[in-house]
Amino acid sequence: MKNELVLLKGNEAIAHAAIRCGADGYFGYPITPQSEIMETLMELRPWDTTGMVVLQAESEVASINMVFGGAATGKKVMTSSSSPGVSLMQEGISFSCGADLPMLLVNVMRGGPGLGTIQPSQADYFQTVKGGGHGDYKLITLAPSSVQEMVDFVDLGFELSFKYLIPCMILADGVIGQMMEPVTLPPYKPRRTAEQIAAECPWAANGKPAGRYRNVVTSLELDPAKMEKKNEVRQERFRLVEATEVRYEEFLCEDADYLIVAFGSAARVCQSAVEDLRSQGIKVGLLRPITLWPFPSKVLSKYAEKVKCMMTVELNAGQMNEDVRLAVNGKVHVYHYGRMGGIVPTPEEVTEALKSHL
Amino acid sequence: MSNPIIQPENLVYDKSAVLTDNVMHYCPGCSHGTVHRIVAEVIEEMGLQDQTIGVAPVGCAVFIYNYINVDFAESAHGRAPAIATAIKRLNPDKLVFTYQGDGDLAAIGTAETIHACNRGENIAIIFINNGIYGMTGGQMAPTTLLGMKSSTCPTGREPHLNGYPLKITDMLALTEGTCYVTRQSVHTPSSVKKTKRAIRKAFDNSLQGKGTSVVEVVSTCNSGWKMTPVEANRWMEENMFPFYPLGDLKDR
Ligand SMILES: Cc1ncc(C[n+]2csc(CCOP(=O)(O)OP(=O)(O)O)c2C)c(N)n1
Ligand code: SF4
Repeated sequence: MKNELVLLKGNEAIAHAAIRCGADGYFGYPITPQSEIMETLMELRPWDTTGMVVLQAESEVASINMVFGGAATGKKVMTSSSSPGVSLMQEGISFSCGADLPMLLVNVMRGGPGLGTIQPSQADYFQTVKGGGHGDYKLITLAPSSVQEMVDFVDLGFELSFKYLIPCMILADGVIGQMMEPVTLPPYKPRRTAEQIAAECPWAANGKPAGRYRNVVTSLELDPAKMEKKNEVRQERFRLVEATEVRYEEFLCEDADYLIVAFGSAARVCQSAVEDLRSQGIKVGLLRPITLWPFPSKVLSKYAEKVKCMMTVELNAGQMNEDVRLAVNGKVHVYHYGRMGGIVPTPEEVTEALKSHL
Repeated sequence: MSNPIIQPENLVYDKSAVLTDNVMHYCPGCSHGTVHRIVAEVIEEMGLQDQTIGVAPVGCAVFIYNYINVDFAESAHGRAPAIATAIKRLNPDKLVFTYQGDGDLAAIGTAETIHACNRGENIAIIFINNGIYGMTGGQMAPTTLLGMKSSTCPTGREPHLNGYPLKITDMLALTEGTCYVTRQSVHTPSSVKKTKRAIRKAFDNSLQGKGTSVVEVVSTCNSGWKMTPVEANRWMEENMFPFYPLGDLKDR
């Protein structure tokens, strides 16, 4: 089977990629600006072809718990939503992390707080990478900046999540969800068989054969010594992810005097700004974190030795800015240029913002 | 010398092989232990130990997975029907059941319960209605009777303050997706037998894909009610049964 080149919206791309990567189930509740994900799935009717289950839940509380249930049986399951819906899911996300369940979550962010706006935003950065629910946990967080990455991160997200038994979040925004780009869709991967699931997920609660101890998928442990141990083992996995799974992209960073740090749609705007500034003789580079957790702290700390200052550009009040400052640990000043409320800055505005710090 | 009475040939009743040897943490007289035993017996009789996935609640029965020897997923408070929905849809050949208290099912999990029933998910819901929050120390439940005392209605439930007891099982019977809705108890040997038949029917329905089955078990929480087990059973017969009458609400 071959790759296929098609023109798709970011949201539609997620749906196509989910079916093609052999997902077993999608559970969701409509919310702008990501409703096309479930709509596309319902249109494509994967239950007739690959056997993937698609279900519209009664709320995001229900959809994340459906994902918990599916994941508890070792299946590849996912949900998607936008900011207010993801807030409702935080209980289920915390429980999933507490039970070490693999799953794919997608947040096509909109501006908040509250009902906010349906326009794009990156204001759920803190909620995603600092643990929006209760307890000590992390989500592997992938930040796509193109429709192609919306496609690629579905498979990658499932892969990382199953490898480390940590839920994975694709943290996109309304721009990436709504824009159309030509993308290459991967060939169809078959859904895993019961035997493959039993081999890959020996912890799954999918019916206890005689001779195997019963599997209980739970986040509960009342014995504090055991609970501490469980947490320590999880934290060790987090350290392993931080050591091995950092992903980022560098654009003209090598000789840069100034570094812009931006992710997702903001990084696209910044790429134009960098080109513009370079044409004016100002040596600027762009570092785009692809994994927001694990965060590319090491490479930023390396550039902190070389550049005169850094500037984060985000569709929020300066959230990733805090992680960049932690990474450079006071070695250079980290300015912030942010827009809120659904406003996406123009490259000219970013250019001006950077020039004001020269 | 071994006891002459306790001999294999005198055995009339045995522990189900689907029950573990763990000592149950339930208070003496609590209905949970009896219902656990019934569930285990039905699973054993159906030969489905390897085909069953249970969903545990948050409530006194959170540790049901320590007692019934099948695979389990432990739910967040009230979310069991959503979890069971996905388990069953993704594993359609399996027997999937939830086991929930009245706070879990009829307060915090009302939406998940009603919508799972309305979609006709092929799961069985076992609902322990003891009219109180046992696990957290005897607070008012949605099913607490008018005038009944709890730690959060210490002088008795008053409708103008606390609203009315919720007959959620009647509501569930109204949803098109349920095929079997019944209200039972486990306070006498004959009621235990009836509850066992009800749970068997619910499990059969689930496997046959007939829709959602709900088995409410009107239960005692003698600790929360601050009564001896015998007093609690009597109180249940005199006060709970008139408001929550036993019998089938729907069977199709
Ligand atoms: C989100 C959330 N809120 C509150 C609690 C605390 N809590 C634990 S069990 C429970 C009520 C249990 O009562 P019920 O469902 O009737 O079961 P029982 O213990 O009586 O069997 C509550 C409120 C919790 N665990 N999670
Ligand atoms: S507190 Fe009530 S429901 Fe809980 S174990 Fe004791 S008697 Fe049973």
